[in-house]
Amino acid sequence: MLLPSADALAARIPDGALVAIPPDNSLPSVAIAKALIRRRARGLRLLGVPVSGFATDILIGAGCVAEVETSAVSLGEAGFAPRFSAALKAGRIVVRDATCPAIHTMLQAAEKGVPFMPLRGLIGSDILANRPDWKVMPNPFAEDGADPIVLLPAKQPDFAIFHAAMADSAGNVWLGRRRECATIAHASKAALVTVERVVEGNFLEDERLAAGAINATYIDAVAVAQRGAHPVALLDEYGFDAAYVADYARAAKTDDGFRAWLDREVFAPKAVAA
Amino acid sequence: MIAPEERIVAALARLILDPAAPPARHIAVGAASPMPAAACWLVKLMGHDVRLSLLHKRSGNPFTEGTRELFDLTGQGRIDLFFLGGGQIDGQANLNLVGTGDWPGTGVRFPGSFGSAFMYFMTPRTILFREEHSPRVLVDRVDNISAPGVSAPGVFRRGTAQALVTGRCVFRFHPDRARFSLASLHPGETVDSVREATGFAFDAEAEIPATPDPTEAELALLRGRVCDEMVETYPEFCARVWGRRAAAA
Repeated sequence: MLLPSADALAARIPDGALVAIPPDNSLPSVAIAKALIRRRARGLRLLGVPVSGFATDILIGAGCVAEVETSAVSLGEAGFAPRFSAALKAGRIVVRDATCPAIHTMLQAAEKGVPFMPLRGLIGSDILANRPDWKVMPNPFAEDGADPIVLLPAKQPDFAIFHAAMADSAGNVWLGRRRECATIAHASKAALVTVERVVEGNFLEDERLAAGAINATYIDAVAVAQRGAHPVALLDEYGFDAAYVADYARAAKTDDGFRAWLDREVFAPKAVAA
Repeated sequence: MIAPEERIVAALARLILDPAAPPARHIAVGAASPMPAAACWLVKLMGHDVRLSLLHKRSGNPFTEGTRELFDLTGQGRIDLFFLGGGQIDGQANLNLVGTGDWPGTGVRFPGSFGSAFMYFMTPRTILFREEHSPRVLVDRVDNISAPGVSAPGVFRRGTAQALVTGRCVFRFHPDRARFSLASLHPGETVDSVREATGFAFDAEAEIPATPDPTEAELALLRGRVCDEMVETYPEFCARVWGRRAAAA
């Protein structure tokens, strides 16, 4: 389904939803994150796949988020995520720390429709010690009956949100090699996707495009949002806007600085467009 | 003038090529790791036959299944070497990337554990790096364990830390006794100055060699072709260390 704007996509996400978001190197939809802030979403539970960046930090800063599950939150070379750090310190959000392959594995279990999947490693870490939902059992296939291994529950987000280069007339989206977005689309109840453009035709009928496409079966709705990943890079279409993120990192160090940034970068453009 | 970062990069490169360590045929470099990335490029551009998988390189990223492919490859044992840092690193090579104080880092919160709790177990060797060498970073016992340095008998583990490179020295790690030993000292450092700056106890022989300077050839590569390869992914690092600015996007 083609919707008119990122705001129309954000309107489909109810307060309290579990929302999966890829990190800054893997096509997050910053356009939907900004639209969620404009719609004043509350109580969202974010899943960083497998880590979180700019989009997560602005959602937390704007008070949209109750919980975040992730393997890290960072603005890359611009440093620590300031609003995440402030919210954690103030106790305003629940933080559920994970490790990258565990998040992929929980989503892969949801993709397969199985209740859990095992993963090596983790044993002896405080990540595991603080995850009562993760279990350890002896590998049932080990000959001597030992070999403890971690079992991770399947995780099915309510929504996957990300940004792709293009959608076609059949509702398929194309994002190239960033296949973790396909994993979260497959694993989630619905995927909401912003794209740079909509093109005629069907990617799945073209062998060169099919491998980088996500089948419309998994896509709930699409909206055009030009530069919808900005300030994050989009494949080979545009680069990472390091100056914008560095400016954000400076502004978001304080509550007042962040408010002023929101007014300028999230609320004001809407007023101009209306 | 040799920049401190260049010295660390050259030390990392020597450890990658250490003939006593398991071979590094396929090396992966994760997030926020400009010095390990530079060391890998240095090794490759010196003509060694290594496959590099640099997760954060936009063009030339080898994976077609997203970042999940790195972990699947590593799970199979197809990645030989990885690099990890830590907000805190302790004398048993435990890493804390989460934060100080109570879980999940109610004192100073660091970004988070990334893939450390898996990669540290599943690669035959890991080289640890942290430029800041102070009792604040190198602690007797980390506040929170993102990834443990050693594991109990019976827990599947392919390897652990080979070494720890800091701004002051190189330590070797000995998993059999879960302890570091001093391997070499950077210029201006002594065993005593390192002890003073280190929160954990470590072993030291009577004679500790100096960390070799990068060679002229290595420096030329670092400042030229290595920087060329790095500038897109780590523009701030390249600007700070080599005074190079990326072309406008």
